Amino acid sequence: MSGNTKILISDLYLSIGKHEILKNINVEIPENKITVLLGPSGCGKTTLLKTLNRLTDLYDDVKINGSIILDKDDILHTKSDITWIRQKMGLLSQRPYPLPMSIYGNVSYGLKIKGIKKKKILDEKVEHYLKEVNLWEEVRERLHHPASDLSIGQQQRLCLARGLAVDPEIILADEPTSALDPLSSQSIEEMFMILKKDYTLVVVTHILRQAKRIADHVVFMYLGEVVEQGPADEFFTSPKMERTKAYLKGAFN
Amino acid sequence: MKGIPEMYKKAEEIFFRILMIISTVSIAAVLLMIIFSILYNGLPSLSWEMISQTPKGGFYFGKEGGILNAIIGSVYLSVCSTILALLIGLPVAMYMNVFMIRHKKSLNSIRFFLDILWGIPSIVYGAFGFVIMIYFGLKTSLLAGIITVTLFIIPIMVRSMDEVLKTVPSGLLESALSLGSTKTEISFKVFLRQCIPGIVTAILLSFGRAIGDAASVLFTTGYTDSIPESLSDPAATLPLAIFFQLGSPVEEVRQRAFASAAVLTFIILLISISARLLSSKFNRNKIKF
Repeated sequence: MSGNTKILISDLYLSIGKHEILKNINVEIPENKITVLLGPSGCGKTTLLKTLNRLTDLYDDVKINGSIILDKDDILHTKSDITWIRQKMGLLSQRPYPLPMSIYGNVSYGLKIKGIKKKKILDEKVEHYLKEVNLWEEVRERLHHPASDLSIGQQQRLCLARGLAVDPEIILADEPTSALDPLSSQSIEEMFMILKKDYTLVVVTHILRQAKRIADHVVFMYLGEVVEQGPADEFFTSPKMERTKAYLKGAFN
Repeated sequence: MKGIPEMYKKAEEIFFRILMIISTVSIAAVLLMIIFSILYNGLPSLSWEMISQTPKGGFYFGKEGGILNAIIGSVYLSVCSTILALLIGLPVAMYMNVFMIRHKKSLNSIRFFLDILWGIPSIVYGAFGFVIMIYFGLKTSLLAGIITVTLFIIPIMVRSMDEVLKTVPSGLLESALSLGSTKTEISFKVFLRQCIPGIVTAILLSFGRAIGDAASVLFTTGYTDSIPESLSDPAATLPLAIFFQLGSPVEEVRQRAFASAAVLTFIILLISISARLLSSKFNRNKIKF
């Protein structure tokens, strides 16, 4: 694999109650690339994504074993504060969840809790990140309107801007286009292609064509296990495992 | 296969529609009748004197004086206990919905106990307050009343806030966590903003119960013709004023009971409307999921 490994997941097991969700996960996520977690619904890809920034802490009766190494620190057994680790990872969920405040308030929220208070800096950053997600022109006249006034596609871009404003190193995206119209989906995908220069992206999707369009590295999961992983061109042109071949042919979905 | 005949479906639709209209109209009619009877019986004896003076000698035989003592007492009592219950109840509700989110079983038992507490009649809280008063050597006083009423409305406050906070989708919590907020920040910057209208409703509900309850204050706050000057003075309350006046054999006094009821209704109306106006300012930021 070319380039550096950003996140190293080793021997990861996760169960909720008696239900085993993830089994023996060993994955390397390369830096400044788009890693796609691919697989049919219910295969554990979303859970794996949420384990990366420990949103699994919110689940009842959850047991996790193994390690997730980010910057030489094991996220699962870290001594440092989890809120600090979470700031390194922006999250884009299946549907946008804007905060109950203005458009401006949404983007500046993360900055404010980081302690940036000067209005001038906040104004500049808000403009910068809204431009980065191509939303600035659409909202510049109504920055102080509620975020709920925006369309779903705009809200998703706002959520991306809000995440970028915290200055993360990694962007986690959980089926980020599943609630969006084709045009908004396309613009999110295009943004990902640009963002990978500065960020490491982990994108969950069950849409094969989307994976083919954006992936540099693919992790194919089925029933809580990693079936096959590798660089995108190899994965799509010459898959090694029978299950992968069947999935790529559309045999099960 | 032949389905249910269309005729039958139509008849069913019409039947239930009429049923719902009848229920709605009758509820509204009862409400209007209550307000009408209060105003009809109360307005003639409602005067400036009635709301600006304390009872003079002979008030309870229909002579001069007013119910200012009860108005002031009720406002003190209900405002203080609503604020106290809010200060205790809001953190409880937040803790349940932001911090305890993964402990579903404990949450369910907390909700169960709060529901039981909600269901306990206020006279039982009155008796409990009385026991506490004796234990601490308190006399019937505004303070004892405030404590009792606070205890009595906390379950109402917590559970109604809890029901609203429960509706915040977990995705919003996850998003806010991913931005690096602590749970305390999420409670007050995200959940509180998202739920302001519902929280105002919870406060109003509790305030209504606090100002309208007679049984819990009967032993604890007592009754007096003068305006309380400190927390250790006994205080009159409007529900008890209505109760005492309605029991009078004198016609004028009974009329004044209705006037007092009108005053009580008016206070609740005033508080509700102003709180609604206030909360609608925050409402615009709420995200509709």
